[in-house]
Amino acid sequence: MASTIETAESEDWVACMALIRDAADEAAFARLFGHFAPRVKAFLMRSGADAALAEEVAQDVMATLWRKAHLFDPTRASVATWIFTIARNRRIDALRRARRPEPEDLPWGPEPEPDQTEALALQQESAALGRALATLPDKQRVLIEKAYFGDLSHSEIAEQTGLPLGTIKSRIRLALDRLRHAMK
Amino acid sequence: MTAMTTIAHHPTDGLLMAYSAGSLPEAFSLTVATHVSMCDECRARLGAFDTLGGALLEKEAAPMAGDSLAATVARIRAGGERVREWPLPRKAGVLPAPLCDYVGGDLEAVRWRPIGMGLKQAILPTARDATARLLFIPAGAAVPGHGHRGTELTLVLQGAFLDATARFGPGDIEVSNEDVTHTPVADIGADCICLAATDAPLRFRTLLPRLAQPFLRI
Repeated sequence: MASTIETAESEDWVACMALIRDAADEAAFARLFGHFAPRVKAFLMRSGADAALAEEVAQDVMATLWRKAHLFDPTRASVATWIFTIARNRRIDALRRARRPEPEDLPWGPEPEPDQTEALALQQESAALGRALATLPDKQRVLIEKAYFGDLSHSEIAEQTGLPLGTIKSRIRLALDRLRHAMK
Repeated sequence: MTAMTTIAHHPTDGLLMAYSAGSLPEAFSLTVATHVSMCDECRARLGAFDTLGGALLEKEAAPMAGDSLAATVARIRAGGERVREWPLPRKAGVLPAPLCDYVGGDLEAVRWRPIGMGLKQAILPTARDATARLLFIPAGAAVPGHGHRGTELTLVLQGAFLDATARFGPGDIEVSNEDVTHTPVADIGADCICLAATDAPLRFRTLLPRLAQPFLRI
């Protein structure tokens, strides 16, 4: 399984996903693994898993990424967002032992050749949201982290609605506009 | 699936964020997932909250064990050839896919039980931290007036109901909490079928439904 990627450091995760999907490219997988597996592990540990369970589940999440690469749609999610949804679902299975029903799939799957411009715009919008998150006042950022790491109940999140989003609200709005466009 | 009519009442940002974060009770997740199946606008809103989750995921890393990449590749190889499964095209029906999973089929598979005055219900099998039920309200009939101790989500699947605040049609979701006491009435035009989820018993205003409550698990 020869790699078609240069050895130089690149952060084109969407291209890595395409290589995994189309060519079962293990080098592309290793690059994604190197970046995202430690992040999934940290996410799981912040959510209450011990290191051994987090390691186990993170490996499982990355194996799922390989198996489901054909379902990744870069016009609707960044690679980080898509991995977050897989990690969140595994966390609910493993830590809460609960079920989280999923919405019905859209009647169409990802396009074989997704629109490059749309995909790029969405990836950039997601990155901008990440940067905006880093500029939030600590108090707001901590609240959002607590919500996503499972430290707030749903009613606590409801009470906070509007508040913790603060200055990133406009960035969320832009991501939303992108997604609306992608749904059309 | 896109509803034929325009959806006017959507889940709050708090509910969508909690669903994205994975912290809703199963009965509420089912209700939100069913609404999102019917509402492209909320599918996009949910995508924006998932994007926030992705941004948080990027922020922190914890070192993996030394052999973890090799172990994961071994895990992938042990799984055999990749099978590319695609979502099944759904057949046209009243109930969106997440609800069909709980009912075991579309509307004709629902096992209704009468609860008086022509109303029927079917309790769905979810974790006990909240309950989900399908409600059948005959055209023009009313659900006994009640208040709420916790949160009640009511999603219309067919027909419509009205209460003092608004009219709710297919795809609309009403979010009620402690502040709301209402007497939902089904629109006269058609029988109304809703999905109702609540995380605390309702507070009925009259004695008869209160006496029946333990048996009906409302």
